[in-house]
Amino acid sequence: MAKRKLFDLAKTIRSKNAGVDRITFDVIFTDRASYDLVCRSGALSRESVCRIFGIPSTRITDHVHFDPALAIKFTISRTMPSGSPGDGDIFGSQQYGPLLDVEVAGAI
Amino acid sequence: MTVSIAHQRSANRTLRIVCPNGHLGFAPIKPDSFANGLTCEPDLICADSGSCDIGPGPLGSDTSSSPLAWQTHDLELMLLGARRLGVPMIVGSAGDTGSNSRVDLFVRIIQDLARKHALPKFRLGWFYSEVPKTLISETMAAGGAIEGLDGRAPLDPETLAATDRVVAVAGVHPFMALLDQGADVIIGGRSSDCAIFAAPALRAGFPEALAYYYGKVLECASFCAEPYAGKESVLGEITMEDVKVTALLPEQRCTIASVAGHAMYERTNPYFEHFLGGHIDMSECAYEQYDERTCRITGPRFVPAADLRVKLEGAGKLGERYVGMVGVRDPYTIANIDAVIAWARRQACERFGETGYELHYSVYGRDGVMGALEPLRDKPGHELCIVVQSIAPSREMAEEVCMIGLRQMFYARLPQVKGTAGGVAFALDEVLAASPAYRWTINHAMRVSDPMALFETAMMEAGV
Repeated sequence: MAKRKLFDLAKTIRSKNAGVDRITFDVIFTDRASYDLVCRSGALSRESVCRIFGIPSTRITDHVHFDPALAIKFTISRTMPSGSPGDGDIFGSQQYGPLLDVEVAGAI
Repeated sequence: MTVSIAHQRSANRTLRIVCPNGHLGFAPIKPDSFANGLTCEPDLICADSGSCDIGPGPLGSDTSSSPLAWQTHDLELMLLGARRLGVPMIVGSAGDTGSNSRVDLFVRIIQDLARKHALPKFRLGWFYSEVPKTLISETMAAGGAIEGLDGRAPLDPETLAATDRVVAVAGVHPFMALLDQGADVIIGGRSSDCAIFAAPALRAGFPEALAYYYGKVLECASFCAEPYAGKESVLGEITMEDVKVTALLPEQRCTIASVAGHAMYERTNPYFEHFLGGHIDMSECAYEQYDERTCRITGPRFVPAADLRVKLEGAGKLGERYVGMVGVRDPYTIANIDAVIAWARRQACERFGETGYELHYSVYGRDGVMGALEPLRDKPGHELCIVVQSIAPSREMAEEVCMIGLRQMFYARLPQVKGTAGGVAFALDEVLAASPAYRWTINHAMRVSDPMALFETAMMEAGV
């Protein structure tokens, strides 16, 4: 089956603090077909997100398919508040890297 | 063809706001799109100046992360524009944190600017958001729980004691009270971003759902437009039926994608926005392209809260801090970097014991950015940079802990290392004093009976 990378399908892939205790991820598409494909493939399902980041499902606080923006959005809890000593990403803005190479199976 | 709201009001009853900056002072307002906004008959000029993104340090140490020059630059542009047009100007969460000293700072800047430009007299109002720790401890002693947000446990006395400063996040109420008193310029303490814009819209009689949504969409200025551009102005217009937002930078547009996309930005969930007194539900929002550069939004719902819960933010000092850094190129050392770090930690333990200080290692080239979330942790690069941070009660001790933690990596004993003349590379053979370390101690909510209870307002005349 054909596989594509999320990098090639999404317009925006980003992460950012959502308050001091959480980091939220937005994956935004320009076309409905790509959005539907990724939703359907499960490449960014709760289970997949846990596998990608090596976290238990209890750390996913929100997981939404947001149709108006053609976006998949999920939020994880931090293990320490942003800006605590040892936190390498105070803004939470560089946590999306592993999503770029996520492979998406299926045809548009 | 629809006429852009930049050129003409779209209904008889409207309220138009220009927002020039999503975090006033953090990076300077771009003046050209703001000047465009001033030609669009705004009824107010409003901006938020706060953010938790800057970490707990500024709130804890009662400082700004924004330079005074940029804060003054932004306030000057807004003040001169607002006074020239004779419309109110509102700033929320003054000076990044919205603490009392930051409100006083912004009030002083406004007074100084009014004198500098010999502005005719106007009414300058402000409110404070700091909450005395004694009030919180009395509330807890009386059995009132300070409920944790985002999965935190209820506040306990030890955490409160470890907190240096607390601000409460205001809703629309102090802004409306000051507008009622005739304020021409309002400097707000810590407040919900959306309240800055919702307050004048509510006061003008627009529906709550649309008023709060209006604030939500405008608060980050040009972040709701595309292509990406920071610190550019946007123009919003609220009517009894809808909210419209348009880009003021000629290269930018507010599209369905950009506005709906912004609804998600830096929030856990795209559907709900909470503030003192309730929340809006955006799950039924409809977005349409009104004209080439303007998006029209309908359908948000307002859900009043059963009881009033005010959000509290607090930061506490952990200690003095030093930092140092080393590089590693030897592949065997890279493969065994955790053993090297453990060796250096043991040397610090031998000198200072197990507790009473902190030593942190960030291993760049392996997992320095993502830590335990890094899936490629087992594939480090061919060279590493390790940042060492120490936290201790005194600067002297922090310096020594950091020096041990750094320099002992040089002497770490690995059984099979070939290079025996130094295990790491120094670009700087020194440790550097950093700002003290703080942490977010409070991200909680407290019940109040009066939405104004924690927010004292004041008013004076400014200008000449």
